[in-house]
Formats: sequence, structure tokens, C-alpha cells
Amino acid sequence: MLRLEKRPSPSRFWLYATPPVAVLLTMVVGGILFATMGKNPFEVIRTIFWDPVFGEFAFYLRGQLLVKAGPLILIAIGLALGFRAGIWNIGAEGQYIMGAIFGASVGLAVFPTESRLIFPVMVVAGAFGGWVWAMIPAILKTRFNTNEILVSLMLVYVAETILAKASTGFLKNPEGMGFPGSRNFSSYPAAANPELIAGSGLHWGGVAALVTGVLAYILLTRHQAGFQIKLAGQAPRAARFHGVSPTRLVVMCMGISGALAGLAGLFEVTGPAGQISIDFNTGYGFTAIIVAFLGRLNPLGIVLAGFLMALTYVGGEMASTNLGLPDAAIQVFQGMLLFFLLAVDVLTNYRFRLAVGAH
Amino acid sequence: MTGTETHGGGVRPELLRIEGITKAYPGVVANSDVSFAIGEGEIHALLGENGAGKSTMVKMIYGLIRPDSGQMTLRGAAYQPGKPAEARRLGVAMVFQHFSLFEALNVAENVALGMENPPQMRELSARIRAVSEEYGLPLDPSRMVGDLSAGERQRVEIIRCLLQDPKLLIMDEPTSVLTPQEVEILFKTLRQLSSEGTAILYISHKLEEIRSLCDAATILRRGKVVATCTPRERTAREMAELMVGATLKTPERRVAEKGEVALGVSDLSAASPIPFGTSLKGISFTVAKGEVLGIAGVAGNGQDELLLALSGELKAAPDKVRVASHAVGDLGPVERRKAGLVAAPEDRYGHAAAPDMSLVENAFLTAGVRKGLVRNGFVDWAETRRFAEEIIAAYDVRTPGPDVAARALSGGNLQKFLMGRELMQGASVIVINQPTWGVDAAAAASIRQSILDRAGEGAAVVVISQDLDELLEVSDSFAVLNEGRLTKPRPTEGLTMDQIGLMMGGAHGMEVAHHVG
Repeated sequence: MLRLEKRPSPSRFWLYATPPVAVLLTMVVGGILFATMGKNPFEVIRTIFWDPVFGEFAFYLRGQLLVKAGPLILIAIGLALGFRAGIWNIGAEGQYIMGAIFGASVGLAVFPTESRLIFPVMVVAGAFGGWVWAMIPAILKTRFNTNEILVSLMLVYVAETILAKASTGFLKNPEGMGFPGSRNFSSYPAAANPELIAGSGLHWGGVAALVTGVLAYILLTRHQAGFQIKLAGQAPRAARFHGVSPTRLVVMCMGISGALAGLAGLFEVTGPAGQISIDFNTGYGFTAIIVAFLGRLNPLGIVLAGFLMALTYVGGEMASTNLGLPDAAIQVFQGMLLFFLLAVDVLTNYRFRLAVGAH
Repeated sequence: MTGTETHGGGVRPELLRIEGITKAYPGVVANSDVSFAIGEGEIHALLGENGAGKSTMVKMIYGLIRPDSGQMTLRGAAYQPGKPAEARRLGVAMVFQHFSLFEALNVAENVALGMENPPQMRELSARIRAVSEEYGLPLDPSRMVGDLSAGERQRVEIIRCLLQDPKLLIMDEPTSVLTPQEVEILFKTLRQLSSEGTAILYISHKLEEIRSLCDAATILRRGKVVATCTPRERTAREMAELMVGATLKTPERRVAEKGEVALGVSDLSAASPIPFGTSLKGISFTVAKGEVLGIAGVAGNGQDELLLALSGELKAAPDKVRVASHAVGDLGPVERRKAGLVAAPEDRYGHAAAPDMSLVENAFLTAGVRKGLVRNGFVDWAETRRFAEEIIAAYDVRTPGPDVAARALSGGNLQKFLMGRELMQGASVIVINQPTWGVDAAAAASIRQSILDRAGEGAAVVVISQDLDELLEVSDSFAVLNEGRLTKPRPTEGLTMDQIGLMMGGAHGMEVAHHVG
């Protein structure tokens, strides 16, 4: 009989082997899922994982990878800092929306002024918007001990309502012939976030994501705050003994993750999305949770995981247009990835043992 | 040989024979060719340092793990319990060092949880009452375990075992949570059991207790039997040296010049942040430079709370706690360390140390401030590693290196590391809860010596401990924590065990039981 047994110390092998094994299991089980739907599983898997990078349209799709990976990485890194500390911000989607609204509002308020200062101020406003939205669950948690998971999640729906109001009301394009949605930033150079190198897919959001990845890595490995984050997550009582104030930690972690999600929203609305619209948000805030865990809550791992997840997005879109696979199947596929990741992760701290005799 | 000799010269029929038992784990041989025998009704001590293989041995007898080779015979029949339930069915019961009780359930419910086929609650309560009266262990079956003292909780465990009418009762460090009077009562119970034919396998570090209680002793060192003896005929020191395999040094104390007050606590009260904890009520004391204040008390009388209040995890009004002339009562742990106060909590796994972090990271946990390991917010890991290596060398911590996770170290080794971490920071006030809990005799002696050395250098030290011998050995003044109140500190010299016992609140109303029963 198999029995789970705690390892004396965490396995380094499984720490690194978990993500690839989870991806492999997802391919196998996902393949079975696609087969039962009457699709050729090998073709689907190839379309999702291979074609975007090496296929016929890779020249365009590779850029799309960076476009998708940027916001995912930026949000996931913020979330990972909180998750490391045992603070569960599930509402990055809402903070992402609020960042976009705050940043876009600043830009649209000064339209059509041209100044080099406009975009940087919008960036700050975007980060501030996400930060404010994250401070609501943070303060409720520290003052009234509410559950940050529920509050941050519910605030996503509030943010979505505000987004709908913004695109049909206060941010609506006055020259938009009554259609919902704001002015398009692509026609307002001072506030736009264009591709930095044509065809690369790289815009300021991607730059921010990569820089944040490196900074977060340094924070976690070298800085005292990073030590405190890890300590609080692993041994809360030891963290208090060390001198970490739980209140300050919650405010800091929620604040960072909110601000980064807000930044991602701002870069998205001024760049790839181009405008505030009712369906501007596409679930990056939730997918980033998967990315954070897929990257083992390690900033550098998250950068890799962000690209992998972007691959399933881009490849998934290809699969749905070329092979007629429903969007829901792609979402199941992404969910499966998190499921297998968490399941395989058990092996980092536990091992299977053949139990001798009955037990 | 078919029986073991009693100290009276008679021969007891043999109950359990252990022959050539070997058990190896990857990297260590926990037991190597261990043989000994226990007679019916014999009180047999199993002695040894931490890691000598005592726990592994009793776990095999209790069916928690299986030996690699060797045999056990119980009353002449082959005995190979595959699980504890089987051991219990064959008449072997065990009281663990750490109780497995649910605080929110009452005594009878807790007892029922440990039984295979618990009887009706009313019948069970009646049986608990009967057994508890028979053995002088008063216990009300309807009381909540959360409201019981440590001594009373132990009685729940013992009665749970006695209800199975065992032939062999294994007790792992049973007296560490008891007052001297409670120890006496426990010993009366054990002697009564022995005279009725129940054998007891008794594991303890406390050699004087073993001398007064046990008929025979088997001494283990590094997994092997190194000696057997009759404890009454040996001195505690001789047995300790057999355990360690070397001569022991008694900690030397210097005659200290009492300096000015280094730590002052006045009228400190605080609600406990721990569920089922004990609130602190009007604690006042002072400790001078070079003085060691010993604080005794049965576990759960506010020791953890006092440590929290001194370390800064539990804050109070500024002037309630003073380090020299600084009021630090409202400051957190970091500022208190800066002011010169370091503290070492009792719970190693999760409080004093983060189990999954490396020793280097755990060194940084408290030493960052005083050792100047942070520059502009960045941690100097190279310097931290050097400090961790210093601790490992100075305190003889057995570890493959400073990068292993704290939880990979044995309890005693981790304790040495954590003691070193606090004692090597050059603090002016040192507060330690249970400095040698679960540490072997040689290491305990060296930890106590370092405590005395720090005091000799002028540090004020507060030692909170449940080991009275330890407190008498290291402390200049002595106080007792009882239900969150601290007695007035008295000079340690000249105190008798009886006086101390009374300071500790006697036996919590238990004396009566044995006089009546």
C-alpha cells in the first residue's frame, strides 16, 4: 500500500521538476480531453505548444507571446510576494481594471495636450489606482480581521461595474458616435504605449515585467523585507519573534501586488487594448495566480511561467480558430495546469513509501 | 536466564525480552544489537542521551516502527506488533512525552477517543472514576481538558492506559511537567502498579528520580547497550558518565559582584494571546548585572506569556519593562534587541526558529540587529553565514553545514544552535525559556556553563525552566510563576525542595488523595 511520508528536508529535485512534470501531465490529460471531443490530440497540442513559436505564423505570434506574457508576469510577481507571506490577494483582476481606469483618466483628462510628462504621470496614476483598490482588503484585514481572499475577490466585481460605467459614461469617447468605450490611445501619442521595436511585441509593460522580475528576485534573496516575507509565510510566530509587524506586512504585500496589477492595466489600456471598453479585462488577474504558482512563487520562475501561459493563450486562440475548439476547453486546459502543478507539488515535501504490512 | 533479579535478591518471571534488535535509518543506526529483559512488575529505566536510540527502541516495543532484525518475546511468545493497537491488545501501553489530547473535549471523551471499542459514556466515566481512585490519581471525567493543569493532563493519559489493564507501561519523560509533590504522587502510583505486577519501562533524563524509583537500568549510547546497572547502587554522576562516555564537568560559577539593575519589570499585566493561555498578573522583579534569576513553575502557568512580554512580541506600557534606564515596554523585538535585550522562546520549531529555513537564515532571524548584518536594508549573507558557522563551532552543533534546514537537526542540536545564537550576541539582558529542554546531559552542562559565563561577563540573565535541578544549579535568585503570578524572588542559596514545592502551589490539591486512598 502506498503511503505519504514527510521528507526530512524539501526535495530540490522535485522543486524544479514539478513544473515540467505538471505541463506534461496536462498535455496527456488535456490530449485525452481533446480526443473525447473528437479532435486529434496531437494536432491540438502541436497547435498550442509548437506553432506559436516555430509554426508558419510564428513571426507574428512570437510578438503576441510577449504581449500576453508581460501583464501576466507583472501581476504574478506582485501576487507571489504576497503568497510567499501567506497573504492571499485573489483580486488582482480588479486592481488591474482600476489601474487602467485611473491611468487612462489622467491621460484623457488632459487630451489633447502634448507633453513628455503625460505618460509617466499616467504610469504613476495606474500604479496608484491598483494600490488604492488593494488597500481596501488590506485595511479591512488589519483593522477588522476580514478575509482578504473574499474581499479582494468581491472587489473585482465592483471594479467591473465601475469599468462598465467608465466606458459608457465618464470616459466615453465624445467623438465615438455613441459607441461605448473611451478614445483610442493609439491616436494620442503623448499617452500611448506603442511597440518599442516594431513586430517584437515589446512595449513598456514588457520592459516593466522583466525589470520587476529581476528586482523582485533581488528583494527576495538579498533584502531584509524579502526575508521577512518568506519568514512570515513559513513560520508566522517566528516572524513576530523576529520583529515583523503583521499589519505592516499585509499593507506592504497587498500594496505591491495592487500597484503592479494597476501598472499592468495601465500598460495594457494604453498599448495592446488601446482604449477603455466594457470587456477590456480578459482575466489576466486570475490567470496570473496560475502563473505565480507555476513559477514556484519565484520571480525568475514566474518570468518563464508567464511565457508558458502566454503560449497556451496564443496557441489556444489558434486552436479555437483553426480547429474549432471551444474557448471553454482552453480554459479547462489552463485550469488543469494549476491542478496538476499543485498535485505534483506535494512531492517536494512528501514522498511515497510502500507501507510494510497493514497500517 | 529466565528471569531478572530484583534488588531484594528474588527472581521475577520474565515479561519482555529484547534480543539483538537493530534498526537503521538512512545515514544512522538508531539501534544496534540491543538486548535487555524486563521482569514482571519491574520498573526498568532506559537511559541515554538524545539520539542514543531510546525513542526508537520504545517505538518498536509499542509497534510504531518495526525492527530490521532481532526478536522480542513477551511472556515467552514471539512478539512482533505491527501497529500500536496490536501492542495494546497484548498488554503494552505507552504514555507519550507530548500529550495527544483535545482541549475542547472533556476527560471521558478524550479517553474514549483512544479506545478501540469505547463503552457507553456513563459506564466509561464510572470506570475512570474507579481507576483514578484506586491509583490515587483524582480526575473528574466531565472536566474539559483545556482547563486541566499539565499534571492533570498526564493523569488522563495514564488512566487511558490503565483502563486497558496493561502488563507493561512505557513512560516517556513523565515528570518534566510536574511539581515535586506531583512527582511523589506519580511515583506512589507507579510503585503501586509495580507491586501489582505491572512492569514499567521508564525513560527519563532525571537521574535522581531514576535512583529513587527504578529497579534496573539499561544505558544506551549511540544505539548500543553500554551498561546495565541497579540505579540505587550508583550515583547520578556515575550514570551520567556512563551515558555520555566521558567525565562530566559541573558548571562553575564565579562569585559575581552584583551590579546595578539591568532589567526591571514592574507590575506587568497582560492578557494571553494564546488560546487556553494564562494571563500575566502584576509581575514585578529586577535582575542586576551579573545576576541569574531562575523562574520555576509547572508548564502552562504563564511561562510562554512572560517570554513574549519580555521579548517584545507582547507589548505593554513603556515603563513596565526597563532595560537599564530605557523604558522598552512599548517597543517591539527589534528595538528591544537594539536596547540590549535578547530572548529565547521555548518552542524551537516555528517560534524560536523557522523549521524550513536554513541555519544561516535562522541565525539572521534574531542576530541581524546586534551583529550589524543589515546594510541599507540588504542582508549581508556572507557575514551571517560566518556568524552561523561560529555558533556551530562554539556550541558543537552536529550538522553537515550551515545550509541545512533547521528541521533536519535533532531537537538537542537545534537547541544548542539557538542558545548560541542568543548567547553570542553580547547582549546585556538575556531571557531564556527552557534552555536545555530535550538536550543531552553533556550539551546541557555546556549550555548552563555558557549562561554562567555570560553572567560572569556582566549580563543579567533570566532563566525560565521546569527543571528545578537546573535552576538550582545556575540561579542566584529564585522565583516561581504560578497561574500568571510571580512570587517575590528569593536568594537561591538555602532553599529546600519542600519550600520550592510550596512556592509552586504544592500538588494542586492532590496530597489529600493519597492520604485517603
